[in-house]
Amino acid sequence: MLSLLHSMWLVFLHMFHKRETYQYPEHKAPLPARWRGRIALTRDPDGGERCVGCYLCAAACPVDCISLQATEAEDGRRYPLFFRINFSRCIFCGFCEEACPTYAIQLLPDFEMAEYNRQNLVYEKDDLLINSQGKYPGYNYYRVAGMSIQGKDKGEAEQEEPPVDIKSLLP
Amino acid sequence: MSTGQYWLVIGGVLFVILNTAAGLIWLERRALALWQDRYGPNRAGPFGLFIVLADTIKLFFKEDWIPPFADKVVFVFAPVVVVASVLMSFTIIPFAPNVMVADLNIGLLFFLAMSSMGVYSIVLGGWASNNKYALLGAMRGASQMISYEVFMGLSLMGVVVLSGSFNLREIVEAQRSGWYILPQCVGFFIFLVAGIAETHRLPFDIPEAESELVAGFHSEYSGMKFGMFFIGEYMGITLISSMVVTLYFGGWLGPAFLPPVIWFVLKTFVFIMLFILLRASMPRPRYDQLMEYGWKILFPLSLLNLMVTAAIKLLL
Repeated sequence: MLSLLHSMWLVFLHMFHKRETYQYPEHKAPLPARWRGRIALTRDPDGGERCVGCYLCAAACPVDCISLQATEAEDGRRYPLFFRINFSRCIFCGFCEEACPTYAIQLLPDFEMAEYNRQNLVYEKDDLLINSQGKYPGYNYYRVAGMSIQGKDKGEAEQEEPPVDIKSLLP
Repeated sequence: MSTGQYWLVIGGVLFVILNTAAGLIWLERRALALWQDRYGPNRAGPFGLFIVLADTIKLFFKEDWIPPFADKVVFVFAPVVVVASVLMSFTIIPFAPNVMVADLNIGLLFFLAMSSMGVYSIVLGGWASNNKYALLGAMRGASQMISYEVFMGLSLMGVVVLSGSFNLREIVEAQRSGWYILPQCVGFFIFLVAGIAETHRLPFDIPEAESELVAGFHSEYSGMKFGMFFIGEYMGITLISSMVVTLYFGGWLGPAFLPPVIWFVLKTFVFIMLFILLRASMPRPRYDQLMEYGWKILFPLSLLNLMVTAAIKLLL
């Protein structure tokens, strides 16, 4: 009986506690930097697309909401011909971000993507590409990878040894 | 009172009671939110007051569906009973020295009779729904209300012994020398507990028990028929609060700097807030615990209270 009265008193004291609610449209809750929200395609420091069209994100996606088609530019760089994310299916799990070998696809702290028309939730490449390097500034896949493209042969990347001459016996 | 005044009182009481019941929906949501560190409805109108309007309009325009497997006549009749019985009970409450609808000499008995009528709405509603959850809720409701009614009546007899009257006006007048909360504190406690069980409010909302029985006896109700049960519950809170005030806290009696009606409303408001606080802080007991608590503790206690009161009254 006394414990019931005590709990009633404690609940009554909550009258003088601060309320926890964020009055949302006026006061927005602070989102952490790694918050998993809207998906974006980032660019490298030179302004080029980071995505190399490897399909790993589409393969990792548990709800199959990513669709893309890889193609190759004249200088040997791969890039997606189209890149489409259906946000009406996306569950914001972040697996695509983990799967991406080039830090191209990233989840941003933004959730205000509501639409009246369901078709508007299908984001094309133009909608996904942002003019930013996202969480990994200074990273450029082709500058650190051993892949040869026009203007950069094998062994010319940063922190890379020249390729071994397999036809020579010298060490 | 002339006929015109009489109709004025009836209309005024009806207007105030129905609006209080509607306003309580807002008050309860805001108060619960306050005690749970939230805001509650605060968007529509000042302090979110227009939520009452929105709720009412919503209830009126919802599809008023009667299940094909239900007993139609009883199904429609059940929600009428709860509102009618509670409204009838309000006729005997003195809101101010001359403001009461019926000056019955058996006022208290009338109140007990009308609150017993409330059981029928639960039983009939649950039975007519032809749904196992509704029937379970109705069975629980019937046994709970019938067993708690026993010592609800007994706890009131202490007041009757002290004042020597069943008339609520005379009971209030008899409290001029001192409110009955002091000599009848046990009776007050038992009546409050029984009253909460009678209105099947939390923590005694076992007939509804939304976590066990969907919505209990009104699972199949929608639209304004559900609204009637809803309004009936809030009017029940108001009724029990005003009965507590009338019987134990001197009704409209109070220092003269405020008019009697204001005193009555203020005291009733305190008890309505107590009802809401109970809802915010109490867990729901198990069904057998509720019965055990009623029959093994409260029932002997109310008998003891009545006998001790009667003995003291005889000796002094």
